[in-house]
Amino acid sequence: MVCAGVALPDAPGAHRIENIFRPLSTPAREISDVSILAVIICAVIFTVVAGLLTYAIIRYRRRPGDNDAEPPQVYGSNQIEAAWTVIPLLIVFVLIMVSARVIASVQNAKPPANALHATVIGHQWWWEFRYPSLGITTADELHVPLSGGAQPEPTFLKLESADVAHSFWVPRLNGKTDVIPNRANEMWIDPHEAGDFIGNCAEYCGTQHANMLIHVIVQPKPEFDQWVAEQRLPAVDNPAVAADKQAFLSFSCVNCHTVRGTSAAGVFGPDLTHLMSRKYLASGVLTNTPENLRAWIKDPQAIKPGCLMPAMHLTDTELDSVVAYLRTLK
Amino acid sequence: MASIDYPLEKSRRRQRDFSLSEALYSWVATVDHKRLGLMYMATAIIFFLIAGIMAMVIRAQLIVPENHVVGPDTFNRLFTMHGTTMVFLVGMPIIAGMSNYLIPLMIGARDMAFPRLNAFGYWIFLFGGILLYFSYLGANGLFGAGSAPDVGWFAYAPLTERAFSRGTSTDYWILGILVSGVGSIVSAINVIATTFCMRCKGMKLSRMPLFVWVMVVDAWMVILALPPLSAGQIMLLFDRYLGANFFNTQAGGSAVLWQHFFWIFGHPEVYILIFPAFATVSEVVPVFSRKPIFGRQAMVGAVVAIGFISFGVWAHHMFAVGMAPISNIFFATASFLVAVPTGVKIFNWLATIWGGKIRFSTPMLFCIAFIFQFLIAGLTGVMLAVTPFDWQLTDSYFVVAHFHYTLTGSFLFGVFAAIYYWFPKATGKMLSETIGKWHFWLLVIGFHLTFDPQHILGILGMPRRVYTYAPGRGWEPWNMMSSIGAAIQFIAIACFAWNVIRALIKGERAGDDPWDAWTLEWTTTSPPPEYNYETDPEVRSSRPLWDLKHPDDPDWKYE
Amino acid sequence: MATSVTQPVEAEWKLPDRGTVGIISLILTEISLFSIFVIAYLFYIGKSLTGPLPKDVLEFPVLATICLLSSSGTIVFAEHALKHRKMGAFKLWWAATVILGLVFLYETGVEWHDLIYDKHLTIATNVFGTTFYSLVGLHATHVVVGMTFLLIVLIVTMRGFPIHTQIRRVTFLSWYWHFVDAVWVVVFTVVYIVGR
Repeated sequence: MVCAGVALPDAPGAHRIENIFRPLSTPAREISDVSILAVIICAVIFTVVAGLLTYAIIRYRRRPGDNDAEPPQVYGSNQIEAAWTVIPLLIVFVLIMVSARVIASVQNAKPPANALHATVIGHQWWWEFRYPSLGITTADELHVPLSGGAQPEPTFLKLESADVAHSFWVPRLNGKTDVIPNRANEMWIDPHEAGDFIGNCAEYCGTQHANMLIHVIVQPKPEFDQWVAEQRLPAVDNPAVAADKQAFLSFSCVNCHTVRGTSAAGVFGPDLTHLMSRKYLASGVLTNTPENLRAWIKDPQAIKPGCLMPAMHLTDTELDSVVAYLRTLK
Repeated sequence: MASIDYPLEKSRRRQRDFSLSEALYSWVATVDHKRLGLMYMATAIIFFLIAGIMAMVIRAQLIVPENHVVGPDTFNRLFTMHGTTMVFLVGMPIIAGMSNYLIPLMIGARDMAFPRLNAFGYWIFLFGGILLYFSYLGANGLFGAGSAPDVGWFAYAPLTERAFSRGTSTDYWILGILVSGVGSIVSAINVIATTFCMRCKGMKLSRMPLFVWVMVVDAWMVILALPPLSAGQIMLLFDRYLGANFFNTQAGGSAVLWQHFFWIFGHPEVYILIFPAFATVSEVVPVFSRKPIFGRQAMVGAVVAIGFISFGVWAHHMFAVGMAPISNIFFATASFLVAVPTGVKIFNWLATIWGGKIRFSTPMLFCIAFIFQFLIAGLTGVMLAVTPFDWQLTDSYFVVAHFHYTLTGSFLFGVFAAIYYWFPKATGKMLSETIGKWHFWLLVIGFHLTFDPQHILGILGMPRRVYTYAPGRGWEPWNMMSSIGAAIQFIAIACFAWNVIRALIKGERAGDDPWDAWTLEWTTTSPPPEYNYETDPEVRSSRPLWDLKHPDDPDWKYE
Repeated sequence: MATSVTQPVEAEWKLPDRGTVGIISLILTEISLFSIFVIAYLFYIGKSLTGPLPKDVLEFPVLATICLLSSSGTIVFAEHALKHRKMGAFKLWWAATVILGLVFLYETGVEWHDLIYDKHLTIATNVFGTTFYSLVGLHATHVVVGMTFLLIVLIVTMRGFPIHTQIRRVTFLSWYWHFVDAVWVVVFTVVYIVGR
């Protein structure tokens, strides 16, 4: 019953496996580098201490022929205590230095003039993305320009929440930053590789926290500009579906959803103006196919139980109308 | 009626004047620290089994992607109740139980400083626990908001506000823990008063067993760290019932403030939880290495230092919240610093073993595994203290792995070491070494199989508290391994339960001092009489029984 | 079974009194509790999105403060009288302490009545209302608890109980009472001075 329609997106260039040690963006790379250093330091410490412990339990075990005499009763040694206090303090000093450097570098980065600014708004259980300077509002897929080569064009994100605390995490692009109501946080990414990068909400936010996926779609500049131009247009008004459009506008969908250029102006749910330009539905849970779209609208609770979109109990004909109309919103 | 005249011809149960109702009443109305200690331990073990079964269900749901063992609401309640139970209804009573049972015996006293307060503490803890679990029956609300709490064990605002947690399940979380917390504070005050005021003649603070030192520092931490949690919970209760605005972001309230208050409690709390394991290992390792603890003063100093520094690191749980760089650097520094005295302790245990004559009885096995696992736990903690690393790994399965290494791999192993070590003293019966070794090895294998892969899951981007995951993200093999490991742990715990039951029924009789140990509790009978010691002991060193056994080479010549 | 050996142990073995350690531990835990409410108050100064604001509605509680702080003085006199078995003086000073505490509570009640009904400030109005009523209320709750015990002592003493046999416990109660007064100093500084 649960997750009936989840399907694997296998669009070309899709990267489904995230890994914090395969960074594709400057902050992620800086984080990865300092993390590997930390892992190496800890691995060395582990090898030494665990090695000594292993040696000790083998070498100093009671053997069958042993008499009952107690071994020499050693109470301690101030020099040894000093040594194994000072050496860790030195290691700690190194760690403080390297951490502080990366903290400052990532958090104090200033956006260059050509940086893209976008706002991420976390909702229970979907992501809204706005590009204020471009006049675009979309959902669940964050398109950003490729920032490789001579002309870096990073994307600076402002993070806000409409309800509870969430967290924006796309491992290959940056560490996570929490998305908290009444608190505007910031983060930035500059992806060096085009593709579709997946992430998750990383702060427990209620029933469907698990299904609040993020897709960051990195496109080379020309394609990105093309996407922007398409998104800025109002909704496609195909006369072939005029009746379906009327039907759609008469249902309560419009109370929650916006379709720019029509009377639908609800803001509680995702903007649907260019629904068909997206690869996924329901915050990454379904691929955007007609069958999935129909199943989702028919009964969202069956796919994402507890989500805030109710089943509207449309008849089959009504459902067909709505789907037919939505499928024209490219 | 409660004391046992020792030795007995027939067990108490079969003597002619035995009355079941009287016996039950004597337990319910007891103020004897030993009985209360056992009641704490038994209750903690029962809650442990309940929360453990919850963990089994969680792992069953996550064994494959898109599984249907439980739905999202049930899953969210499971991890909330699992975490809440393990911390507050297993960890805290074990601290109270071990302190209450062992401290008077180890310092040569007849009981705790406030025996009636002790009883009050136990019963109010139990009431709080039952109140929390009553939520399964009593809480009500709209879809997704009824029944047991489902807000996570740290209950972040504003998810816990009325608007997002309808019904009363969150209120059960608040009240159950608020009430139980009173029991913890009361028990801690008792431990402090007992330790400072009731030591036997000659037992200066510097001669107290390390167990007592660690547990009294623990008690100090409890009385200072629990109130911030209570304060936050009272504030949340005001928000939910009186319309207050502490965490109401719509009115200008701050969600981050809850996090600060919670973690000002929460971080010391995790050290509070690990201390009984430190205390146990500091007693058991010397006895089974046949050497005194290496660096006693350094160990005391380290534990006091950890106690202090642990109050200054809390925001390392909040590195992703968007604090200013200077704050992040401060808390990273403090978190690194707390690792230094912690490392000193590990090195001292290692040095105690070094040059000894190790006996691999079950308590010692658990201690050795503890040292290995706590070393790893500490090191992953150091990694997480590297703020940028934490930005990637916080709220992922890496953190889940880290804290289970500290709680399951270290705390639980330490507690098992304690149980195997002191069970003979408390009951007069030995646990089986054979079953103990099965328990040990199955737990080691199960534990590692469960939690080692979870480090990788975090690195691969799996967030925590998710009731399912999509296939194709590289998470399947690690989740499957983890779930199989959980099943093996289940079998290990079953072995333990069997060991305990079997020993109580027909275990080999233990003498006063089955391990050839050196602290005061081993000078009295097993189990001790109600009054603990026939005459008040007098001590001249930190190992009074060593002095008695080795009059030609007593410790007080060297201390 | 004695565990001493041939060397004598310390001749003088004095340990602190457990009631003293107990009451000090209790006071420390209460300080930890109050600190969080004080921190919340300080954090939220100036952060209310709507009125009323502190400077609009708060007036310095002169009478209440004088009463509560002098009750610390009267309780010292009462203890002194008790130590010297002057039961008449003890009853007088103890009753004075109780009355001063009651006046404090009464004044607090009057102030709150005024704030709620005339100034329209409740715990739900804004973050100022929330933090004000919580912090002052938490303190007032502790006053009530202290008063309860003070009254118990007063009543049993009036009815002939030999309170001089319980000097230790009366002293602990007085320490608790001093603590409550000290907290009031912090609370009114934070609320009526810093916060305005």
